[in-house]
This record gives sequence, C-alpha cells and structure tokens, in this order.
Amino acid sequence: MSAPQVNSTQPMHFMPGPGFRSRSKEVLDNPFLRQSFRGAMDFLMQKRAAQFPDPANLEALRSQGEAIRKYSLSRLPDLLEQLEANLTRNGIQVHWAENPEQAQDIIAGLMEKAQAPLMVKGKSMVSEEVELNHALIARGMDALESDMGEYIVQLAGERPSHIIMPAIHKTKEEIARLFAEKVPGVDYTDSVDELIQIGRRVLREKFRETKVGLSGVNFAVAETGTLCLVENEGNGRMCTTVPDMHIAITGIEKVVEKLEHVPPLLALLTRSATGQAVTTYFNWISSPRKAHELDGPKEVHLVLVDNGRTQAYAREDFRSTLQCIRCGACMNHCPVYTRIGGLAYGTTYPGPIGKIISPHMLGLEGTGELVTASSLCGACGEVCPVRIPIPELLIDLRARSQSGGPDPFTPQLKGEGSNRKPFMALAFSLWSLLYRSPGLYRLFAWSATRFRALAPRNQGAWTRTRTPLIPAKKSLHELVRERRNQ
Amino acid sequence: MPPPTPKGTGSHPGTVYFFGTCLVDLFDPLAGLSAMEILEQRGIRVVFPDSQSCCGQPAYTSGYPAEALKVAAQQVVLFEEDWPIIVPSGSCAGMMKHHWLRLFGKDHPLYDKVQAIAGRIYEFTEFLVKVLDVRLDDRGAPCKIVLHTSCSARREMGVHLTSKALLAQLDKVEVLQQEREAECCGFGGTFSVRQPELSAAMAGDKAQALEATGAELLVSADCGCLSNINGTLAKSGSKFQGQHIATFLKSRLEPKA
Repeated sequence: MSAPQVNSTQPMHFMPGPGFRSRSKEVLDNPFLRQSFRGAMDFLMQKRAAQFPDPANLEALRSQGEAIRKYSLSRLPDLLEQLEANLTRNGIQVHWAENPEQAQDIIAGLMEKAQAPLMVKGKSMVSEEVELNHALIARGMDALESDMGEYIVQLAGERPSHIIMPAIHKTKEEIARLFAEKVPGVDYTDSVDELIQIGRRVLREKFRETKVGLSGVNFAVAETGTLCLVENEGNGRMCTTVPDMHIAITGIEKVVEKLEHVPPLLALLTRSATGQAVTTYFNWISSPRKAHELDGPKEVHLVLVDNGRTQAYAREDFRSTLQCIRCGACMNHCPVYTRIGGLAYGTTYPGPIGKIISPHMLGLEGTGELVTASSLCGACGEVCPVRIPIPELLIDLRARSQSGGPDPFTPQLKGEGSNRKPFMALAFSLWSLLYRSPGLYRLFAWSATRFRALAPRNQGAWTRTRTPLIPAKKSLHELVRERRNQ
Repeated sequence: MPPPTPKGTGSHPGTVYFFGTCLVDLFDPLAGLSAMEILEQRGIRVVFPDSQSCCGQPAYTSGYPAEALKVAAQQVVLFEEDWPIIVPSGSCAGMMKHHWLRLFGKDHPLYDKVQAIAGRIYEFTEFLVKVLDVRLDDRGAPCKIVLHTSCSARREMGVHLTSKALLAQLDKVEVLQQEREAECCGFGGTFSVRQPELSAAMAGDKAQALEATGAELLVSADCGCLSNINGTLAKSGSKFQGQHIATFLKSRLEPKA
C-alpha cells in the first residue's frame, strides 16, 4: 500500500471578500448538513457538561485558568525571552516569524537543510494559519497530514472545519467513499475501525521514511524550556520522535511561566474540547536526542509566530483575545457555528474565537462582515475555560470596523473603519438624534402610533421570514400621561 | 440538581422608577402598563420619567458607541433619587447595569452616576422575586404555557430563574419544557437584518421548539425575542403567539370575570 499524493487540491484557508453570507446560506439550505452539525455539536456539548458536574468547581478552575493566562500575557515579552534562553540551553533551536511568509521560509529552509522533500505533520492550527502546505507545495516539497481528521480533509482536498475536529463536517459514508477512491488498494468499507486501520497503515510507513516531522504546541513552559503537546492518536508522538528533525510551530501567546501552570490549563483544555479528563497522549518535549540516547529526533526547532498577535497584545482592550487555549468549546456551543459549520467562515479559525482573533491576523478589512455574524447571545463567553469576554470583544471590533474608535489617539487596528456603511452610519446618527431629544421623540411616537396603518408591510430583511412590526395604538409614554390625568 | 429558587429579601421600597424601554414603548405598551400596575397593586409608587427613551443598546451592539453614548447620557440624568429602577426587559437591564459602565468609561463626567445607577437596576421579574418576595394568587383558568428567557436575562442578569419562580407560584399554570431552552432565538438586534438567513434559521428552530411543546401560550420577559418569535410564528401561519410576562401575570391576578 503506497501513500497517495494528496494535497495539491486543498484550498487556502483565508477566503477574502464578502462571501460569508452566501457560504452560510448554502449550508443553511442543506437540511442534511444542518442535521449533521447539530448532532455533532450536541454530542460535544454533552461530553463537556459531563466533565464539569459541579458548577462551583468549574468556576474555581476557570478562575485559575483565567488568572494563569492573564499573568502569562502580562509578562509576555519577559517570558518569551526566558523561554528562548531555556530552550536554547536544552538544545532546541528557536526561530521567530513575524508573518506567515517568514514562517514558511524558516520551515522550508529547515527541510532543505535536512534534504527532506516531505514532512509528516501532527495537528497544528498555526501551520494552517500560515498556509504551510501550500507554501511547501509551491517550493516543490510536500506535507502529509497524520492526524486522522486532517488526513481525511487533505485526501478530500478540503480545509479543516473545526480546530479540534477538522473533519467533523464529513460523514462516515463520505469518508469510506473517499478512502476507496483515493487510497490505492483499498476497497469500500464504512467500518470506522477498518477505516482507522487503513489510515494508520499508510501513515506508519511514512513516519518511518520521512526525515522531518512537524507538530503544534499547546503550552510552552518558560522556566524549564519545555514544549507540551496534547493528542489522542499517537501521531503527535510519532511526528515528534521518529523523524530526524522535529519542527514545532506555535503562536507567541502559548508561553506560560512555570510547569505548575500547565495542569490547570490542561484540565480545562481537554475537558472543554473533547470532554476528556485527560488526552490519550501528553508529550513533554524538552530536548533533542542526547548523546547516550538511542532514539528521538537529532534536531528540534521551535518556530514562534506573531502574525498579528502583537497587535492584540499591545492593546489592553483586546489583549484577552490571546488568553485562548484553542479548546473549541465556543464553537461547539455557538448557535451560529452549530448551523453553518466552520468552512463558511473563510478563516483558519472559525466560530466565536475566529471572529475575534482573525481581525488581528487578516485585518478588519479582510474579515469584513464576520464581526456582524453573532447575535451576541453570550454562550461562547459562558463556556470559555479562560473567561475571554468574547461578546464584548465582538462589540468593540464592530465599532472599530465601522465607525472608527471614539478616541483618535489610540493606535488604530489593522483595517479600522474599513467596513463603514454610510447608510448605517446615517441611520444611527438620526436614531441618536431622535432618541436623545424628548420633544422630537414624543412627536415621532405620536406619529408612528397614529399613522400605524401606514407602517410599511415590507420591512426588508425582517419581513422575509417575519410579519411586519406595527406600532401600538398609543405609546407607553402616552398611556402613562393619560393615567396621570385621569 | 435543580438550581435553587431565588429568595427574596422581602424589603419594600416605597417608590421605584420605571424605565419602559423603546420596544415596549412603541410596540407593546400594555406590557409596560401591566408591569407598572402589578407594582402599584403592591403599594409601590411608580415614577415614570417622561424624558426617557432607550438605553442605547441598538447602536452599542451594532458598533456605534458614540451614538449610543449620547442617547444613554440622556437617560442617566433621569434617575436622581436613590430609588430602584425597574426595567421590563433583561437585555435593556443588562445594558444599563453592565454595558453602560464600559460605554461611558471611567473618564466620563457621568461615570459616577452610571455606577450608582448600575446598583439600582432590576429586571422586572427579578425585582418581584428578589426584592419584593411576592406571593401570587392565581385567579385565571387552568392553562399550559412555555417560557422563553432571553440570553441577556440568562447570562448577563442571571434572572432566568426569577421568571420561572414567579410562574411556579401560579397554581393553575403548567409550564412546559421546550428543547434547547437556553439557545438563542436569533434576534440579536441588527443581527436579524444584517445576517437575515442565520437569524431566520435560529428563529425558525426556536419557534418550532416552542410550538412543539403543545403550550397554549408563550411567555417571555423580553420584547426583542418576542417580536422575533411572534413575527416568525405568524409569518408561518401559526396561531401560537407569545406574550410579555407582565401582561400574562396581570391577567392571572385579576378576579375572574
């Protein structure tokens, strides 16, 4: 059985332009997909809830997690320097990438150095964020995804639709057809066990042959120079131990100061993400192979990616965005994500966290109407294990994207004001004038109620699926005045 | 384990302010009037400042904080006395209690006033249960209803339990349970018109879940959710409709005809 050449058809993550509404409509019009997302999210929500039976314990753990993340971010520059020094002391080489292109160049350079045309990849959202697979293909190299979900979306020529469960949008039958079609020598089977065995066999060969393995990082511990990696399939351990070179890639916000900061975050991460008390594998990576050791990579590299994170860091009001530990609970509980899945968003990170972090990476002009795609119901903020105030951040990003900040001296966000709609701005100016002028409002309310028969029956988007809003016969103001005069 | 029923302090303020909210004012004044009358029946003097209009939430959540601030500043000065401020909507109450502080910011000359007001804001059902500790005498005919609590009432104000506690006092009212009770109805202010397909999908699912309980009536303490759900139900040809909880309570407390 040989591994297929798979990834040349995978689309880019970032789909610029105003396509969100049409993409989400496509999913909304597909009852089968909607049912399937709904079922998957219900399952994940139940699994999480089962891990947090006691609300008081959950809140205590969230407070701890929030405090650790806030503390780490408050010392971010110091901790990054400490991390670099200790990793270097341990023999792990540190590289800094300001943007996706730099990250691509660093990794491609390392592969050239290792004379490796192919890398095996463990699951890494930051590698997706920097569009690593595309960059490698463009340089005549290749990458093979080894996380089962990522392997499936790569085979299918698609993108991950969830940060934890990349292939959650695909059914068992679709995957069975995909394997029969794309993996040489495989007959159709929709037995999940058999499908997993097929994937494992293909990947096992590749782990053995490939000189470079890539992984993400869940936490980087500054005081010890240790990289922590959470996974369930063992592919992460293979990628980080079997090939001669291990390249880890992560965002600069993943650093914590002490080892003792890891257990609370780990407990929150796995419980919130997959409803597991702990993952099957937890890897602590602290050095390359030592002189007396028989296995392990000969070189370990860490690529620390900024890609807009310093913008969020530099602004006190947006810094909490970087508290995220990438559990995906906000997606699983989001009534919008539940209905459209992750692909419609057109960004690497979908769902509520995607809406607040992508503008720093891609600019508000790049993420466009995404900031409006929330009813602000607050379900995301309620489940966030590190208490990121996602709805408040969205409200602030809406303001930044449309009207510009109220304070002209604050440094602007990338793309600030780029989604200003003149009609909307005018409407709210008039609204503001009306609702802050009692005399004018009284006249307006009197006219709106007296001429209620003239209220438009077509109220645009509202009346496409609802009956029109018709004012009452008299306003509450008027009824109260009448009672007083009785 | 069911959440504990909120307990009231049983204190009895002589006078309260009533902030009607913009949606109640124009689209459901009966809800505002019912709420005021229920308070008055308990011997409370209800003061309705005439210059009130809107908490500013529509502009604030749409990304127009400057416009929201001007409207909110006009309201802040209406509550000079140290009386509780009763709001017949969880989301407007949440705006006044929590978001006004962010909107004004510490450097605003009205910030101290806003802070003082925040401690006096009560959603209507919250006030009945947590402050007045009311006992309701149900005089209506037996009926089955379903309750929808808004996301703001639930997550910002934490008052979804007070509506339940009030309804539980009504002997002849059976409250049915809908699927996915805590999920948003898809209103979200301008979300409903900026992302109409998403909003409609959420509203459709919510309307279906509520109607599927077989209840005769939907009750809610938020006019935004109600206009969204009622409009969606009516457009689909359904006869099932929702009513503000104040209007419903008032109808139960009146002597039988």
